[in-house]
Amino acid sequence: MWTLAGRALAPWAAGAARLLPPCSRHVAALEPGATRRPFSTAELKEKPDMSRFPAEDIRNFSIIAHVDHGKSTLADRLLELTGTIDKTKKNQQVLDKLQVERERGITVKAQTATLFYSFKGKQYLLNLIDTPGHVDFSYEVSRSLSACQGVLLVVDANEGIQAQTVANFFLAFEAQLSVIPVINKIDLKNADPERVEKQIEKVFDIPSDECIKISAKLGTNVDSVLQAVIERIPPPKVHRENPLRALVFDSTFDQYRGVIANIALFDGVVSKGDKIVSAHTKKTYEVNEVGILNPNEQPTHKLYAGQVGFLIAGMKDVTEAQIGDTLYLHNHPVEPLPGFKSAKPMVFAGVYPVDQSEYNNLKSAIEKLTLNDSSVTVHRDSSLALGAGWRLGFLGLLHMEVFNQRLEQEYNASVILTTPTVPYKAVLSSAKLIKEYKEKEITIINPAQFPDKSKVTEYLEPVVLGTVVTPTEYTGKIMALCQARRATQENMIFIDENRVMLKYLFPLNEIVVDFYDSLKSLSSGYASFDYEDAGYQTAELIKMDILLNGNIVEELVTVVHKEKAYTVGKTICERLKDSLPRQLFEIVIQAAVGSKVIARETVKAYRKNVLAKCYGGDITRKMKLLKRQAEGKKKLRKIGNIEIPKDTFIKVLKTQPNK
Amino acid sequence: MVPSRVRIGRWVAAARAAQKRPRVDGLGQPRRSESASTRAALYVHWPYCEKRCSYCNFNKYIPRGVEEGALRNCLVTEAQTLLRLSGVQRVDSVFFGGGTPSLASPHTLAAVLEAVAQEAHLPADSEVTLEANPTSAPGSRLAAFGAAGINRLSIGLQSLDDTELQMLGRTHSARDALRTLAEARRLFPGRVSVDLMLGLPAQKVEPWLQQLQKLLDHCDDHLSLYQLTLERGTSLFAQVQQGTLPAPDPDLAAEMYQQGRTILRDAGFRQYEVSNFARNGALSTHNRTYWQCGQYLGIGPGAHGQFVPRGAGGHTREARIQTLEPDNWMKEVMLFGHGTRKCVALSKLELLEEVLAMGLRTDVGVTHQHWQQFEPQLTLWDVFGASREVKELLARSLLLLDHRGLRCSWEGLAVLDSLLLILLPQLQEAWQQHRTPSPVSGG
Repeated sequence: MWTLAGRALAPWAAGAARLLPPCSRHVAALEPGATRRPFSTAELKEKPDMSRFPAEDIRNFSIIAHVDHGKSTLADRLLELTGTIDKTKKNQQVLDKLQVERERGITVKAQTATLFYSFKGKQYLLNLIDTPGHVDFSYEVSRSLSACQGVLLVVDANEGIQAQTVANFFLAFEAQLSVIPVINKIDLKNADPERVEKQIEKVFDIPSDECIKISAKLGTNVDSVLQAVIERIPPPKVHRENPLRALVFDSTFDQYRGVIANIALFDGVVSKGDKIVSAHTKKTYEVNEVGILNPNEQPTHKLYAGQVGFLIAGMKDVTEAQIGDTLYLHNHPVEPLPGFKSAKPMVFAGVYPVDQSEYNNLKSAIEKLTLNDSSVTVHRDSSLALGAGWRLGFLGLLHMEVFNQRLEQEYNASVILTTPTVPYKAVLSSAKLIKEYKEKEITIINPAQFPDKSKVTEYLEPVVLGTVVTPTEYTGKIMALCQARRATQENMIFIDENRVMLKYLFPLNEIVVDFYDSLKSLSSGYASFDYEDAGYQTAELIKMDILLNGNIVEELVTVVHKEKAYTVGKTICERLKDSLPRQLFEIVIQAAVGSKVIARETVKAYRKNVLAKCYGGDITRKMKLLKRQAEGKKKLRKIGNIEIPKDTFIKVLKTQPNK
Repeated sequence: MVPSRVRIGRWVAAARAAQKRPRVDGLGQPRRSESASTRAALYVHWPYCEKRCSYCNFNKYIPRGVEEGALRNCLVTEAQTLLRLSGVQRVDSVFFGGGTPSLASPHTLAAVLEAVAQEAHLPADSEVTLEANPTSAPGSRLAAFGAAGINRLSIGLQSLDDTELQMLGRTHSARDALRTLAEARRLFPGRVSVDLMLGLPAQKVEPWLQQLQKLLDHCDDHLSLYQLTLERGTSLFAQVQQGTLPAPDPDLAAEMYQQGRTILRDAGFRQYEVSNFARNGALSTHNRTYWQCGQYLGIGPGAHGQFVPRGAGGHTREARIQTLEPDNWMKEVMLFGHGTRKCVALSKLELLEEVLAMGLRTDVGVTHQHWQQFEPQLTLWDVFGASREVKELLARSLLLLDHRGLRCSWEGLAVLDSLLLILLPQLQEAWQQHRTPSPVSGG
């Protein structure tokens, strides 16, 4: 039986774990030189001796690819080929354990597997460090990549280079890794590997003869991928004799064993009983267990420089094993590995239970999910309209969607997710405010906290560098779209005769809501998009109020760019007009900046609202209806004399369907 | 069980004589002579129709063959049972509704009336209304109903546009309607009402106003204007859902209503209720009973009633519903003497809520006098005088509260259901406070 031990059985993964096919697993060449044979109980207890793998026999690599280009399928084949898992038809995206990962064809949580592979009479230790498949997680990707010396850049032979291929390539390139281009899906009818070779040569400057053409689905040529890993990726440059220096590149939480940290050893050795220190928190722990991921945890006596595995050391919370942190031996401090950052949320959204009675269930679901995802920030929040809830910070849009989907799928929670906002910044000029905030530059998450212009030197908004890859026929439309989103063009490259790559600097808030949808619809689905963090830029931001008959609706206060105030204000007014039920009085809906009204709609008063026929047989029914309506009315939020159903707020605040 | 021909004849003669007497414009002036609990109106439900109308969700059945004799016996039995149970001594009005009660034989209607007259006092001037559908040859049948004791007709004319009539699933034409109306007026002068619908799918304001004008040339002294209510489960509802018919436009319906009521006012009609208009004092006393929360008995399948079962020693008013399906209802009547399926006691507050909701449908509204009959301690001023929200309605002239009582303005009447959503909670709140006087204020 495939043992779903360890983290796969952690409560957060329970939903996904159940979906794993119960496939038998007989083979794993744990010991060097061991032939493939079924495990016996005795052997399971036997711990492999990892000292037999010096750094020069180790290769650490990742697979990076655009969505659906076959990353997980290739990983499955590599695992099979090296005997890590059994060859069975059921091996589908073995490393993607979450339901949402399988459904959406993306990898959310990085997984790692150690492969043993003999080549030219020598046993190699290959560590496949699977990365999250989206640049929302670019920090995680970069940390995973920093544990590698090379990557397999998988490109679909039919679709060619896509936006994410480009973004991923540059992450690897910047990390100075060896890049092995792999053209996948050559079995497809419309496959054109030669065209893709040319694209790779043009965009990435990699000679076309370096491309390996495979079909991961059929297993065609996958062997040569492993050979290339050994021949073209250098071994890690590390020293076993130096004091321990280990990078935490991922961590998960297990209900019974605490935090399980995935580590890569840059120097030294670690074994059970060692006292280790986190460079970030300076906390000391005793190592309870070390081992390799095969892909499930397989304890070993020790891990040596250049190797990759897991470590359990009594950490209670994933924030104690932050991604990018360095671990060293107690009393042997080392220079921490470069590049550590705390997770920085880029997109914020309110999360509320559909029904307040669901509050506690939702709370516990969010707690459980965040146990494994320290990058989600959680702040309690409450809205007069939507009740008690939270403002959550996410790494990006996909991260937000995935989190929401997991809440719904794994915890059966139904939530209202409000329109996402981005963290703006203000540089304060008022000495009083600086004193109050204890800093000159503040981050504004909630529009209610937006400081007045008179107290501010400048406002800043987050920007991202976006990459669009599209068939050339859509270029004009896409450029117009980008311009409408206040983006500035950085460059434009024809990657072949009929495909173009555009780079734009986008204000983040211009792409958080429906940019991707618009892009997809105006390119008939052919354009792809990806983005990476590009810091902050000065922006003319203003606070916009929404008024109903002259009264401000606090829930709808919005921070917008000056240029967008009219469009955004008009949209909110129109949505309100469409969703506010008629009332006894006319409702004037206004969007205003300061005292200046920039958009206006009206909802006419009821002219007739009375039951036409009310005789003997109608009375009971009518009274019942009236009383139910009167009861419902009591629960409505009132702004002045206007009653606003929760539904209206949901329609106005909710993320509009995208996908 | 069937009453003798002789006795029916005697009552009918008196009733016909009563038609010629002048009528009183009595809405809002409750007759004090007898206790309200010994009087009632009677509703008789005839559950069958020839054809299903596309908009109707009433309790009606398209029969393959009606055993009218059995049904007649059951109606008679149930009338007797409920009259005894209620202890009602005087029946002020009888209304034959349906279904299509004009499909019943005059003999059946006569039998019910005679049973009532035997069990209680049915004054000769009592209003006895029959709902009738227009037909191509109305004459002799309407005369026979008159002979059976009917003295008022309510004609389901609905529209004077043949296309609309077809959409509504009516069996008659506009021509049939006018012919029936003329014949009815000849037979029941001054006591004929017609229904006209408004707010139909695809209906436009101007053509509808022309229909109303045309109707004014032909109609008698009573008119009902009913805005179409799209009811779930009707074929019209389904057609609108499927998009085969456009959804009725509420703004156009409001426009028709406003202009229609203006035209009728100018033609000398009094809008004495949301949908009802009368001139020359031809108000329906039966319907007035509903809006004034008088007692009413309901007999026949699915009929509703509200009364105090005094005959059984009760003191609390009950809302009662008879069994819906005609066959089951008949079985129950034969077994138990009545087919009451559901019986709910009304609390004092619930009754007051009805007094308010029903009373405000009328032009006189809820008078202080009327209110006091139901609640002698807590006045309308006590309940509504201090409320901020009610004050706003008064300030906006949607509602009036003065020495006469509480009533809707012309504009307010059209949005009464919205007003009630403010007034009903206010009544509930005042009632609670009244019940548990605050120790601080000392009441």
